[in-house]
Amino acid sequence: MDINQRYTPQSWPEHPETATMEGKNKFIGFWLLLAAETVTFASLFATYLALKDKGPSGMEFSAAGLFELPLVFAMTMILLTSSLTSVYAMYHMKNHNFKAMQAWLGITVLLGATFLGLEIYEFNHYVHLGFGYTNSAFSSAFYTLVGTHGAHVLFGLSWFIALMLRNAKRGLNMYNAPKFYLASLYWHFIDVVWVFIFTVVYLMGVIG
Amino acid sequence: MSSIAQKKGFGATIWDFMTTVDHKKIAILYLISGGFFFLVGGLEAMLIRVQLATAGNDFLSAGTYNEIITMHGTTMIFLAAMPILLAFMNAIMPLQIGARDVAFPFLNSLGFWLFFFGGIFLNLSWFMGGAPDAGWTNYASLALASEGHGIDFYSLGLTISGFGTLIAGINFLVTIINMRAPGMTYMRMPLFTWTTFVASALILLAFPPLTVGLFFMVFDRMFGASFFAVEMGGNTIIWEHLFWIFGHPEVYILILPAFGIFSEIFAIFSRKRLFGYTALVFATILIGFYGFMVWAHHMFTVGLGPTANAVFALATMIIAVPTGIKIFNWLLTIWGGNISFTTPMIYAVAFIPSFVAGGVTGVMQAIAPLDYQLHDSYFIVAHFHYVIVGGVVLAILAGTHLYWPKMFGTMLSEKLGKWTFWFFFIGFHLTFFIQHFLGLMGMPRRVYTFGADQGWDLFNAISSAGAVLMAIGVIILLVNVVMTSIKNERVGNDPWGDGRTLEWAIASPPPFYNFAQTPLVRGLDTFWIEKMDGNKKGMIYAEPLGDIHMPNGSIIPFVISLGMFIASFGALYFLDGDKPWALAVLIIGLVITFGSMLVRSLKDDLGFHITKAELLEDAKGGNTDGH
Repeated sequence: MDINQRYTPQSWPEHPETATMEGKNKFIGFWLLLAAETVTFASLFATYLALKDKGPSGMEFSAAGLFELPLVFAMTMILLTSSLTSVYAMYHMKNHNFKAMQAWLGITVLLGATFLGLEIYEFNHYVHLGFGYTNSAFSSAFYTLVGTHGAHVLFGLSWFIALMLRNAKRGLNMYNAPKFYLASLYWHFIDVVWVFIFTVVYLMGVIG
Repeated sequence: MSSIAQKKGFGATIWDFMTTVDHKKIAILYLISGGFFFLVGGLEAMLIRVQLATAGNDFLSAGTYNEIITMHGTTMIFLAAMPILLAFMNAIMPLQIGARDVAFPFLNSLGFWLFFFGGIFLNLSWFMGGAPDAGWTNYASLALASEGHGIDFYSLGLTISGFGTLIAGINFLVTIINMRAPGMTYMRMPLFTWTTFVASALILLAFPPLTVGLFFMVFDRMFGASFFAVEMGGNTIIWEHLFWIFGHPEVYILILPAFGIFSEIFAIFSRKRLFGYTALVFATILIGFYGFMVWAHHMFTVGLGPTANAVFALATMIIAVPTGIKIFNWLLTIWGGNISFTTPMIYAVAFIPSFVAGGVTGVMQAIAPLDYQLHDSYFIVAHFHYVIVGGVVLAILAGTHLYWPKMFGTMLSEKLGKWTFWFFFIGFHLTFFIQHFLGLMGMPRRVYTFGADQGWDLFNAISSAGAVLMAIGVIILLVNVVMTSIKNERVGNDPWGDGRTLEWAIASPPPFYNFAQTPLVRGLDTFWIEKMDGNKKGMIYAEPLGDIHMPNGSIIPFVISLGMFIASFGALYFLDGDKPWALAVLIIGLVITFGSMLVRSLKDDLGFHITKAELLEDAKGGNTDGH
């Protein structure tokens, strides 16, 4: 693989992310990592369900009383949209349109950062209500599940930003195409996890 | 960069190993550190047996005894057995499928260094205020009540080394999926590669629950969370579930590669194709699958209810079926074979009855009502040592003798090898067989002493005597290693003479680029096929000789792991109150880790090429082993 080889949209392969051996390996390896991540989140979800609303006797907090849907719904929409914009970015990556890809990735990052900001606001709000991390088994399980997701969002954002800055001047090649592709795959995974958090934690929480 | 190794100074050799991404060198690192931890764990075992040799002994205090049994179990499982098996997987599996290296050489190195620093961190607890003392299962109700930092060393150390193992698992899976030589279909893969594949899949899916459980433990003890604190609404059974959802597959992560090693040995030294290769492959997959369905059989007495107990009891009994299939296939491989009783082969032959004994007691414990009687008694101790020592450790010793020439280019002494075997094997049965009866007589596990009037002294004394024999066996093995290293008689490609698979078609040890030309695989036991066809060149090759692309070495894996190691000390002392520097240490460690990850990400690392001319020079000198 020659990193200096120049491509045009015509010579650019249809699946640049798996066009090289390294790309193929990364592709499979990353899907396997997502399998491990799935088990991780499954463990966190199971723990959350077991500890939901559990706390010291006389605890004033419960999922039904605490969570409010409007903010979380906005967060959900923002994150889902960011997944869509990352798809647009990958569309342009496959067409070897570097500028459009960077632009859509930029929008993805902005949406992701907005989501993260809202999540910090939400956590801050709960903490001021007295629902801190050490408040109860319920609070520990809640913050650990949702916070682990938030940490993934942060990592995904940093990954996108690092890739965009690093490759800003040199454009797409066979060496970085798989990297962009995997970062966006990771972003989709984060999105899917959030759909489950929205359902299991917030929707099922508000219903009671 | 020349492919011909120069004589290097000591410092340069150390640096070479710290930066290597070569799967064969990483294998040696795994073997040395795993072997070291095996000796540490063995020493702890000897202390346990000295303490229990007589009634009312006060050789160890009760508290120290708890620390030693905890560290014995943890060390042997996480830091000895698994790394040594990973050593063989690293050394042999890529050769068996004709690959240039593993799929991610950089991650391979990272996996090792994470394991290494995790293991060191865990063992530093001995010198920094006391080791963990809640048993290797670290049940939350005990662990939360444990004073000092022992449990924190356990949680953080295993988290780090667990990441390393997870990385190794993903790496092997991708290697086997993507990097098989032309003609190496799945159903032509040697059994050791197959068992590596399934064990890696188990690692992939079993380690995350452990990591999550360990994180809960860290947060509960150090950051004021209350996952397991009952008074805060927590639930200690969550730990037990998470631990055993990991812990039971872990048993198969250990035993499947052991089965793989024995499968290779039976075929080689019976000079026969494996009987029922297909059945062995599917039995391996089935065992891996069922391995995830039986975790609650460790928790029969918790009170999950009769329905759960019945389901898990049945699932547990089902596992005996694929295991039985394997046993019969091995027996029928030996049957009618032209057998040579080399050291690996006598280990393999001895393994069958030993492991079957452990399996039978396993099925006994699967009967939930009987398990209420056996639970937490020495019967359990006897059972799991029969499967782990009688299965995994015998495989490790057999594999050490079998693959030593491939890894180091010289044969271990057969004579001393057999001495090791007899001491170890007799010692093993002497130590553990009698523990079944101690258990049935009512002796509970994990007690640090017993009374003279309880009638357990004779059997315990016999058990301790057996442990001495095992120790003598291991010492003879060490002597063997030193003597063969000094003699250093070089051997050729196929030192056992009857190698069947690709790893025996390459020099011992192989050149750092493995096969100069990727071999063409024409069937199961591909090297044997070429031998039978009278192929003088060894193999048929699938490509002309050409330039080879190789990855660069890197110190970054070492630095990433070192950062985690430093950060762990910060986390450990975070809540002590009197140590304001702890937070700084935590942050510095994380900055080192994530900073070096960023460097890795931003810096292009395209590797280098070995030219055809260099390869030809290597081949001309007959100098492919790098000497």
